[in-house]
Amino acid sequence: MMKTRLNAGHLVAVLAVAGLLALPLYSALSGNIFVLTLFTRIVIMALAAASLNLIMGYGGMMSFGHAAYLGIGGYAVGILAQEGIGSGFIQFPVALLASALFALVIGALSLRTRGVYFIMITLAFAQMAYYVASGLARYGGDDGLTIYKRSDFSGLINLSSRVQFYYLCLACLLLTVFLIWRIVNSRFGMVVRGLRSNEQRMQAIGFPAKRYQLVCFVIAGTLCGLAGALLANNTDFVSPAVMYWTRSGDLMVMVILGGMATLFGPVVGAIVYLLLEEFLSQITEYWALIMGPLLLLIVLFGRGGIMGVLGRLSRG
Amino acid sequence: MLLVIEQILNGLQFGLLLFLLAAGLTLVFGIMDLVNLAHGSLYMMGAYFAATLVAKTGSFLLGILLALGATLVLGIVLEVVALRHLYGRDHLDHVLATFGLILFFNEAVRLIWGPAGLALQLPDWLTVPVPILPGIHYPAYRLAIIVVALLVALLLYLGVMRTRVGMLIRAGASNREMIGALGINIKLLYTLVFGLGAALAGLAGLMQAPILTVQIGMGENILILAFVVIVIGGIGSIRGAFLAAILVGLIDTLGRAFLPNLLRQILSSAAASTAAPALSSMLIYLLMAIVLVVRPEGLFPAARR
Amino acid sequence: MAEPLLRVDNLVRRFGGIVATDHVCLDVGRGELHAIIGPNGAGKTTLISQLTGHLAPHAGSIHLDGRDISALPAWRRCGLGLARSFQITSLLPDFTAADNVALAVQAHAGHSFRFFANARKEARLREAAHAALERVGLGHRADVVVAKLSHGEQRELELAVALASRPQLLLLDEPMAGLGVTESARMVKLLKELRREVAIVLVEHDMEAVFALADRISVLVYGRVIASGAPDAIRQNDEVKRAYLGDQHVVTHHG
Repeated sequence: MMKTRLNAGHLVAVLAVAGLLALPLYSALSGNIFVLTLFTRIVIMALAAASLNLIMGYGGMMSFGHAAYLGIGGYAVGILAQEGIGSGFIQFPVALLASALFALVIGALSLRTRGVYFIMITLAFAQMAYYVASGLARYGGDDGLTIYKRSDFSGLINLSSRVQFYYLCLACLLLTVFLIWRIVNSRFGMVVRGLRSNEQRMQAIGFPAKRYQLVCFVIAGTLCGLAGALLANNTDFVSPAVMYWTRSGDLMVMVILGGMATLFGPVVGAIVYLLLEEFLSQITEYWALIMGPLLLLIVLFGRGGIMGVLGRLSRG
Repeated sequence: MLLVIEQILNGLQFGLLLFLLAAGLTLVFGIMDLVNLAHGSLYMMGAYFAATLVAKTGSFLLGILLALGATLVLGIVLEVVALRHLYGRDHLDHVLATFGLILFFNEAVRLIWGPAGLALQLPDWLTVPVPILPGIHYPAYRLAIIVVALLVALLLYLGVMRTRVGMLIRAGASNREMIGALGINIKLLYTLVFGLGAALAGLAGLMQAPILTVQIGMGENILILAFVVIVIGGIGSIRGAFLAAILVGLIDTLGRAFLPNLLRQILSSAAASTAAPALSSMLIYLLMAIVLVVRPEGLFPAARR
Repeated sequence: MAEPLLRVDNLVRRFGGIVATDHVCLDVGRGELHAIIGPNGAGKTTLISQLTGHLAPHAGSIHLDGRDISALPAWRRCGLGLARSFQITSLLPDFTAADNVALAVQAHAGHSFRFFANARKEARLREAAHAALERVGLGHRADVVVAKLSHGEQRELELAVALASRPQLLLLDEPMAGLGVTESARMVKLLKELRREVAIVLVEHDMEAVFALADRISVLVYGRVIASGAPDAIRQNDEVKRAYLGDQHVVTHHG
């Protein structure tokens, strides 16, 4: 095993985690509540981006429909809340299970294609989920569904408390990063990464590709479903818009911006992308005009994302 | 009966528009190996140009012809300035870069034309109902769309299969280095092909404009359908795209028209009202799912080289 | 006669109008090194691809150890004891040499749905990987990323990866392509040792190596086996001389 030297990327990762941990303190001291809610959202999206990084960065499966799981997780919470089931102990497992099932079916179908077709199929299925949600008049349809009470964890943790909720999300994020770290270095992870590297070779040494890719796909979908359940609680609202294909694009950008196949890339990418979005939109109404070409430039010139650049800087 | 025929024609018309979009997409993908998500933006620009130019010139025909030209020019500019740098790169790079372009186009349109959509009025002579069968009338404009789209499809077929340029295009799809070695100006060929694709997208957009509202984001919804068409029809096959587009157009239109009633026969009225819109939207994707399970290479795949 | 380890019966494969594999019959016994030679374009790699399951034949059958494997996918055949090296080097470029071999070992050492323990720390996998690397002379390069290995080292790694699967039958597609003189000699010596343990089907252009190693040789021309037998018989076969060995002095030395 190659010894990884401490480099600028590691430093940034440590700083990011430290910063995230200390954020509520800063918020309390400065009286700035907004930064806390902003970063709650950032942490949740970082979780979603990390789950996408598992299949995209490590697995080489470019899914353009990952935002669907944000919706599925969110609607699981929303629909159950609407129907009178407010317990988080039921809502969250349902959210995870629903996401896992959706990922299983969509993955099984989509993995029959490859390359750009895989990208478009995953996109199409996510749009299907969007349209289905839009058609559910009972649950708000296009207008979305308001969630009047956050998930109830009866005394264990109070999601209505901003600080507690923030730390719950952060804990989920760190747990996810930890899980992904273990997975990508495990036997399973080596196979999935090998499949990304050279599928023909992997088949030749005896690995059935689809099986492993599907399991990876399901894990990623489930994790993103968790993010969806958290997101619904954060906004007290869920609507089809959270699954619109441009949100999937946002997730992809976060992963690539941060650096694919790195553990903290998605976290850094989410922080940078969402902060950029926040500040640009305050400076100018025309931030999307800048964002577009900016993306183009990043793709053309930014190899390896932020973590990649940092890594190269250290190696000199 | 009247309703069924009308819906069938609507489905045919929608399918043909999907074909125009899908054909442009397949051409660009087949020849330059470029995944262009901004194809939908060109569709949108065609519609916006048409709405604006028709209003400015006061003439419907002149307006749409100018709009077509404008979209063609826009496509060429786009290729030269931005997209040609993407050739040869990973498909993921294409997806991201063109995704950025979509954001840019949507925002630019919002700035220039405002967030509300536009309307494009049809001239009177195109709104008359045309008797196509005894007792059955169909709007002239929709008929015109069908005729024009079929004509374009035919021209496309003849152009690609029967002319020297078409031969170059087909050769380019199989072996890019080869045609470069033959002394053909690859750059020019690629630019022209992209321009053709842009024109097809623009044509689809401007034809659709009077029927649907011209609005931001209209390109994305239909773009996904175009990709579904390509998957169902079979990768790399224009014939497959044609047949699949008709199929998709018919299923989508007929499904939306008749499924709610059908469901109401089977389920309770309340359940039907909830399920019907959701199910109708899902039909196309269900079809795609079935095709993927049964014949992953598509229903009418191109003969493998 | 004992059932041969590999039996190929009337294999046919077409590409459009071309018959790339024309009713090929072949058999390889245990412990035999069977070479397949033929001019470029004769269909050797196509044949290998059908044997490994990367390409489906249009007619005919393939039996491994008495079992019909014609319809089995590539990854399953590996589980049954077939291993392959590729003509165009096909490794995992961003992994180390040891990682590449360890994965081949992992495929045959229980299931891989383990999500927690670090695979690189599994002693069993690492030891087997190092053993295979030592065998081909790459022990000292175990922790080098494949992209940084020389072409010759990559060819040797291909062999190590194939060996790590503990195969009954090795299909080697031009393992010596692009190797220098020393490396070629080392490969020949290695193959000489190996053939006592595992049957080998060797596709090669290096005639010296072929005649030094092969127990039997089959000559493939335009998809057809025009001759098959002991090296001496092949050397004297008129048809073979006309079709192929006439060019021998052109293709003997590579690298």
